[in-house]
This record gives sequence, C-alpha cells and structure tokens, in this order.
Amino acid sequence: MTTPSGSRQSLLFVLALILLLVLAASIRYGAIDFSIPEIGRALVSLLPGQPEPTLSQRIFLELRLPRAIFCLLVGASLGVGGTLMQALFRNPIVEPGLVGTSSGAALGSALFFVLGGMLNLSTGLWTLPLAACLGGVIATYLVFLLARSREDGRASIVMLLLTGLAVNALLMSAIGFLSYIARDPQARSITFWSLGTLSGASWRAVEIVALSTIVGTLIALRYSKQLNALMIGEEEATYLGVNVNRLKWIILSINVVIVAVATAFTGVISFVGLVVPHILRMLRGSDNRFLIVGSALLGATLLSLADLVARLSLRPAELPIGIVTSAVGVPVFLWLLRRRRYVF
Amino acid sequence: MLEASHVTFKIGDKALISDVSVSFAPGKLHLLIGPNGAGKSTLIKVLARLLRPQAGRVEYESVDVRTASEPELARRRAVLSQAVEVAFPLTVREVVMMGRYPHFGGRPGPVDERITDEVMELCDVSEFSARNYRTLSGGERQRVNFARVLAQLWRDRASDLQVSCRYLFLDEPLTFLDIRHQLEFMKKVRALAEATDLVTVGVVHDLNLAARFADRIVLLNDGRVVSSGTAAEVLTTDRIREVFGVDTTFVPVEQGGIHLIFD
Repeated sequence: MTTPSGSRQSLLFVLALILLLVLAASIRYGAIDFSIPEIGRALVSLLPGQPEPTLSQRIFLELRLPRAIFCLLVGASLGVGGTLMQALFRNPIVEPGLVGTSSGAALGSALFFVLGGMLNLSTGLWTLPLAACLGGVIATYLVFLLARSREDGRASIVMLLLTGLAVNALLMSAIGFLSYIARDPQARSITFWSLGTLSGASWRAVEIVALSTIVGTLIALRYSKQLNALMIGEEEATYLGVNVNRLKWIILSINVVIVAVATAFTGVISFVGLVVPHILRMLRGSDNRFLIVGSALLGATLLSLADLVARLSLRPAELPIGIVTSAVGVPVFLWLLRRRRYVF
Repeated sequence: MLEASHVTFKIGDKALISDVSVSFAPGKLHLLIGPNGAGKSTLIKVLARLLRPQAGRVEYESVDVRTASEPELARRRAVLSQAVEVAFPLTVREVVMMGRYPHFGGRPGPVDERITDEVMELCDVSEFSARNYRTLSGGERQRVNFARVLAQLWRDRASDLQVSCRYLFLDEPLTFLDIRHQLEFMKKVRALAEATDLVTVGVVHDLNLAARFADRIVLLNDGRVVSSGTAAEVLTTDRIREVFGVDTTFVPVEQGGIHLIFD
C-alpha cells in the first residue's frame, strides 16, 4: 500500500485523458452519429459571420453537445457527493442516494412541477434547483434524525441504511402520487424520477449544474485536509485543530447543493457516488484531496460511459440511465468488496 | 505551566469533576490515578479543551484556554487517546503525518516530512511506514499514534524559538499494551517529559507504574482531588484503602522506590 503523491498525480492525469476520450465518443455517437468533420463544421457555424447552422448541425449544438457536457457535470457531482458523504460519516457505504438526499431532491422538484403546473405560478430560473435543495436537506435531516440512537446520539450504519430505505420508499411513494396527479409531462413520468434520465439536458441546465458542481467541488477541496483528519475520529480531529461541527455543516451543505441540483434535472441516479470513491481508494489510498479531484473525473467518465450505453443499446430509443448505472455499478461494487487487498 | 482552578464539569445534574484546582509544571511527568469513574479522563479532556467546563477556568501560561483559536491550540497541545480507529485504508505514514496538519497549509513542507521521519524512527514504526494502519495490532497502532502526537508537538531545533510551553496529554495510553510495551512506552514518556517546555499529564491505572515513573501523582476520587504530590506522599495505606477499597503492603525496592502489593 504505497501511495506516493506522484503516482496519484499520474493517475489523475490518466483519468483526465480517459474522460476526454469518453467525451469525444459521447458527442459522436447516439441516435445519429456525427463524423469529426461534421462536428467541426457545427462548431464553426457558431462563429459570427457564418451561415445559419443546418438541421443536423442544430441537433448537434442544441441536443448532443449540451447533453454530453451535462452528463459529465452530473457524473462529477455524484462522484464528489459520494466522496464527501463517505468522508463525513466515516463510512464507505454511505452515498447521497442511500440517506435520502437524492429522493428528497426528486420529491422537491416533483412538487415544483406539480404545484407550479396547478397553480400556474410564474417561477424564475432558480426555483427548481432551490426546491430540489430544500427537499434534499429535509430528507437527509429526517434520515439522520430517525437513525440517531437515543443513548449517544450517534447514527449507526445499520440504522442509517434501514432508515434510509424506509424514508426513500416513503418519498418515492409521494413522488408516485404526485406524478399520478400531475399535468406537467415531465413530472408525469415516474421512470424519470426513480431511474433517472439525462434527456432533460439543455444549455440552461448545463449552466446551473456547472455552477453548483464547480463551486461546490472547489470549496470542498479547501476542506480536504480537515476531512482527512476526520478519518481518525471526531475527537482526534478536534485535537488536530478541526472545528468538527462547522466542518459537518459545510460539507453537508456542499453535498446537498451539488447532488440536489443535479437530481432536479435528472431524477435519482444511484451507485455512481458509491462506487467511484471505492475504486479510487483501492487504486491510490484515501487522501481526500486526491479523492475529490479523482471522483469528479471518474464520476464524469463513468456516467458518460453509462449514458453512451443507454443511448446506443436500444437505438433510437434510450434506456433510463439508472438501469445502466445499477446493472454495471452493483456487480462491480460487490466484486471490489470481495477482493482481499481491501481491508474493511 | 498549566493551571486548572475550581473546575466543574457536569452532564445534566451529575458532576463528573467538581471544583478541581490543580497545576502542572513543565519538565515533569504528572500522572492522574483513581478508581473507575473518578473523573480522570474527564479532567484530561477538560484540560485539553475538548470539553468546556461549566465553572472554573483552565489556563495555559496564565492565559485562559478559551481564548485560543483551534489551529493555534493544535500547534502546542496534543492528546494520545486509548484507541484510534481509522475509517478508511491509510498508510502508517499518512496517519503520522496528520500530526503535522496544524503546522502546514496546503501540502506538507520538507520540515514536516523530516519531522515525520524522525518521530517514526523514535517510536520504532519506520519499518511499517507503508503498511495499512488497519492491519496493525493494538500495540503497533498505539506506537503509530504516539508518533503522530509527537509529530504534532515536535519543535524544529533550528527554526523555533522556544517561547511557549507545549502540552502533552495521555488518556489511558497503556490500555491495549502488553507489559513489555507498557514499560517501553513509559520509559519513552519519562525521557520526553524532561523537556523544559513540555507539560505532560497522563492517566494510568497501574499504581506501581505510576509510583515508578511519575514525578507527581494526582489522586482523584468522585470527581475531586484527594491528594497530590510525590508517590511517597500520595500513596499511603489509609488513602488507598479509602479510595480503592483494597489493602496494601509497601515493599521497598532497590532503586529507592516502593512497590505495592494488594491483598
């Protein structure tokens, strides 16, 4: 288990290269394939003084490209969210989807669609992400409140998982009810909320998710050393000069914002946030600075790959992304857990 | 100099320590003894500012410890706890390096790297520097954590002027050690505690170890200080019977100390 920082940097470099390759594949292949010269001409048509883009160029610029970038950002935010939650709760099986954050955010956004549609509320650009964040915060808080032991106030991992399971089921049934009474076509689709989809990508969604993901990740990086100290326990971290309560609030807030904003546009996508930090830890250890950067890159790569599979397997139709992430993520996760080198 | 005056710490209505006034000088090894529930660990945590007392104050060199910022305090106060569980795979060196966290901003500098190597050498953990902490035995883990705590308080001879004291707290450090490692650990602490700018306060259960290694013993019972002073002053047959409920025979040993035999 040697983990010199140089080997971590070279792994991050390799991950960035792989991400670029996957991104290239992701903008080329789909319901329609684009050749590289076509992509070049489409991009050139954006420059001033060029003729209006053709239909196929517009499909590329308005559907394919934002979707590829959106997918990358959502994957990055799920990866970083998983790393932050695992570091904060000092447990390798916590992820935003398991403790209610994602389904709470989904319920928040479903409420937004249904109430907005019924009451004809005029809503601004930020109402949907705000509703998702609020739902995410409330659901996460609820899970931890219910999972807490009456004796010492700590949430054991078994309680956390069982409570998360119950709260998720409750939230999903509420979402089911809302989608049943909804008029808005997006909110009507129960698959959208429970299995996730990236088809809602647009440049507007890209802008909002880019803001939350990039700002959230940069702030989280500033706390990577404090998160490292937390690995040896809350008391020990305090002795090392960490204000543990403040750290908890900051990290929980970052996580809720980046995960809820992504979930507002995609529904619940599980297992990316769980698997990504594990893979990185097994490759190069548990340093959180490395894990945060690495999980942004690897999360983006894995979700882009999953999206490619979802788009290509049933062309021209597409699979809900959650089916792919679970089908690939769960066996990989189980296999990784059973490898002997990884001591739990 | 570390001074606690009229310190009371309660949980609910129950006072874990009440009206404790005691002071600890640098350059000496102070050991707290007392039966289970006497308030030893609580007192250590109050002295180290993990717990804030409801009454009284703790002063480091006549400055109220409440006024210190977290990072500033972490550069001169370290605590070795009973057992440290690590949540994720970490190498031994990564754990020891954490002791330097309060001393650098982004990444460890050459001084931090060198100090980490030095303390690992001192605590005999260099040979498993790259091993996963979680594969170590209890005794090995304790040595790694001792190295981490020393790294936190280590002063660079060249660059640091020794302006203020450092504070080392040992909260039942012997719990998971066998007899040989207990002795080795106490000898190491004994030697370190002689540094003129280091205030060392520890908790031990074994009265014989306390009698052999401590410069000063503080005897606690029911959250109060019963007696403090040298081993000979504190450890009397009557007091031990009163506090621990056992009878003691004192046997003089060759080095001029005493050995306690309990009936």
